[in-house]
Amino acid sequence: MNEEIKTFTISIYTENNIGLLNRISAIFQRRHINIESLTTSQSEIEGVNRFVIVVNITESQARKIIGQFEKQVEVIRAYYHKDEETIYTESCMFKIKSALLFEEPQIQNIIKESNARIVTVNKEFFVLEKSGRRNEIESLRRDLNVFGIMQFVRAGRIAVTKDEMKVTEMLMAFNNQ
Amino acid sequence: MNTQTANKKQEVAQETMRITGSEAIIRCLLAEGVDILYGYPGGAIMPVYDELYKFRDQIHHVLTRHEQGAAHAAQGFARISGRVGVAMATSGPGATNLITGIADAQIDSTPLVCITGQVFSHLLGTDAFQETDIIGISTPVTKWNCQITKAADIPEVLAKAFYIAKSGRPGPVLIDITKDAQVSELDFKYEKCTGVRSYIPVPKTNSEAVQAAASLINAAKKPMIVWGQGVILGQAEAELKAIVEKAGIPAAWTILGASAIPTSHPLNVGMVGMHGNYAPNRLTNECDVLIAIGMRFDDRVTGSLNTYAKQAKIIHFDIDPAEIDKNVKTDVAVIGDSKDSLAKLLPLLNENKHDSWLQEFKDLYAIEYEKVIKDDIHPTKDGLTMGEVLKQINIESKGNAAIVSDVGQHQMIACRYSEFNVTKSNITSGGLGTMGFALPAAIGAKMAAPHREVVAIIGDGGYQMNIQELGTVFQQKAAVKIVVLNNEFLGMVRQWQQLFFDKRYASTEMTNPDFVTIAKGYYIEGKRVTKREELAGAIKEMIASKESYFLEVCVEKEDNVFPMIPAGASVSDVRLS
Repeated sequence: MNEEIKTFTISIYTENNIGLLNRISAIFQRRHINIESLTTSQSEIEGVNRFVIVVNITESQARKIIGQFEKQVEVIRAYYHKDEETIYTESCMFKIKSALLFEEPQIQNIIKESNARIVTVNKEFFVLEKSGRRNEIESLRRDLNVFGIMQFVRAGRIAVTKDEMKVTEMLMAFNNQ
Repeated sequence: MNTQTANKKQEVAQETMRITGSEAIIRCLLAEGVDILYGYPGGAIMPVYDELYKFRDQIHHVLTRHEQGAAHAAQGFARISGRVGVAMATSGPGATNLITGIADAQIDSTPLVCITGQVFSHLLGTDAFQETDIIGISTPVTKWNCQITKAADIPEVLAKAFYIAKSGRPGPVLIDITKDAQVSELDFKYEKCTGVRSYIPVPKTNSEAVQAAASLINAAKKPMIVWGQGVILGQAEAELKAIVEKAGIPAAWTILGASAIPTSHPLNVGMVGMHGNYAPNRLTNECDVLIAIGMRFDDRVTGSLNTYAKQAKIIHFDIDPAEIDKNVKTDVAVIGDSKDSLAKLLPLLNENKHDSWLQEFKDLYAIEYEKVIKDDIHPTKDGLTMGEVLKQINIESKGNAAIVSDVGQHQMIACRYSEFNVTKSNITSGGLGTMGFALPAAIGAKMAAPHREVVAIIGDGGYQMNIQELGTVFQQKAAVKIVVLNNEFLGMVRQWQQLFFDKRYASTEMTNPDFVTIAKGYYIEGKRVTKREELAGAIKEMIASKESYFLEVCVEKEDNVFPMIPAGASVSDVRLS
């Protein structure tokens, strides 16, 4: 009963349809599950969207909500995975005063060591972009915070799974019926 | 002229018609076999009503007195016939008034297609007159919904709507159609929908799971079946009966499963749940194999899950994979269509009898009879009981009536004491518990099955929630029999107040109008019964009536429904008083 709460990455393959996000988020909302992050994009299959949603729940909760997702008419398949079963990354952007690049030479080292990328530089500000695990992004943010950050934004997790997801086969089977 | 092109054009001309979106909607309904629908007109749906007028010889629109009534009438239609019920309303308040019926259909798996008008597409999102985001509002309570803003999309979306509503585990679908889509033209051609690639309505039954289920059942000493509406929706009544008889398994039902096997069947051991029968509730915690068929382990069925059938192996037959292990952990899950799964199970079962186990049910029934049933149906006190009214209806209808009940004490009494010979005869709001359901649902049921006796059993509270539908009864000449069991209380809430709130009757006592006079105002024949000696005659007269009939029975004010499993208690702790 007292199952451990873990981080799960939920992948939902769907038809590209207005209103589906509503349907999916309602399933979380009804069960008081907080969405840590949500990303939606085109998947590897033409015309099929993929949601990647990170939540902290128990495994039995994860199993049950997968059932609820798959029950939705326009959801093709849904899966849940633990962190170790996926390759995942997050990305973020920093906007920082350009003057600091010259006034605080340490910043250049921080950028180099963090493998962050400078997207643009102008007289007023420069923009840094960084992809990686949450802890790497957090540590970069802490390091830069000392000097002042004008803007910071982090995008939700994107993930691919180590095991195969047989969505294409499923869709082909439908077409061949 | 290039003949090939000409031929092609001709083909197109033969196959399609240039018509308006509104006409297309009606032609779609006709193509789906719809000959009756329930609704209420208004600004944003007027072009469709104009077409309904033109097609009035082919499709009968029933004007209810409230959109909620239209949704419930469509539900009653669907529940008695197994067909898709259709309701129609305008945008804004018309659409939102459908929502209670849609939510009811969602939780009770009733196939509905609801069509709502919507403001012009260029006005969407501008807070236009009678604009409401009905797609957003209906999303959590529909199986599927879709807004149409282009006339050309109408045939495909409506075909999909009917397919989704009816297939697999049925449910309500809402289609919202902007006024510009209704009035603009399209090349109309209708093709029925036969599949949606992201949707598997009926998962294929896994033979190994059926085999595993059969092995458990064959080895069981004390098997027990609890069936639900899945048996009725899957038209698996005959298969269930054959299994029950071959393997000699006592079988109990949820309220939505009622009537799938006749009440009088020797292996039918009654209703489970909060106000179910004593024996099947108690013995849920004694059986060694619990076979759940087309039911979803609702909390009103299970009581506390921590003490529910822990000793038993659980076999769960269901069409919806999301129901497996949702509330009760199963040992064997058979996912698939109930008819197909049960047909596969039958030949694998050994012929068996469980006489001493069945005797345990009979012994507990005898206790329930002494302590509860006897006084319910053969009362010796002065006041009339709800149970004796139901007993009398059974006698006069010979168990062949469809009983449409509302929500509350009278509903539990109707489910407990109605005798059913025919399937699809217990029409009630199970999951949502919607007061006001019965009167409009009875209208829909009667119109779907005019040859059947339809008796609505309603409390004085629920009756007044949709009492305006008496106007529909009158206008449609729907020969429904309306029985109001009047205890001048919101009886079920009052019962809880008595048992759990020290008789603090907060807002449950009702000062009621003269119901017979109200019925008379709608030109419906009516009678009030206050004494036992009048009851049998009045019910006889009601059942004999060829037209609608209203019967008010003034029952004991503070009677309680027992047995009862208090909320959150174990099925073993079912109380007889």
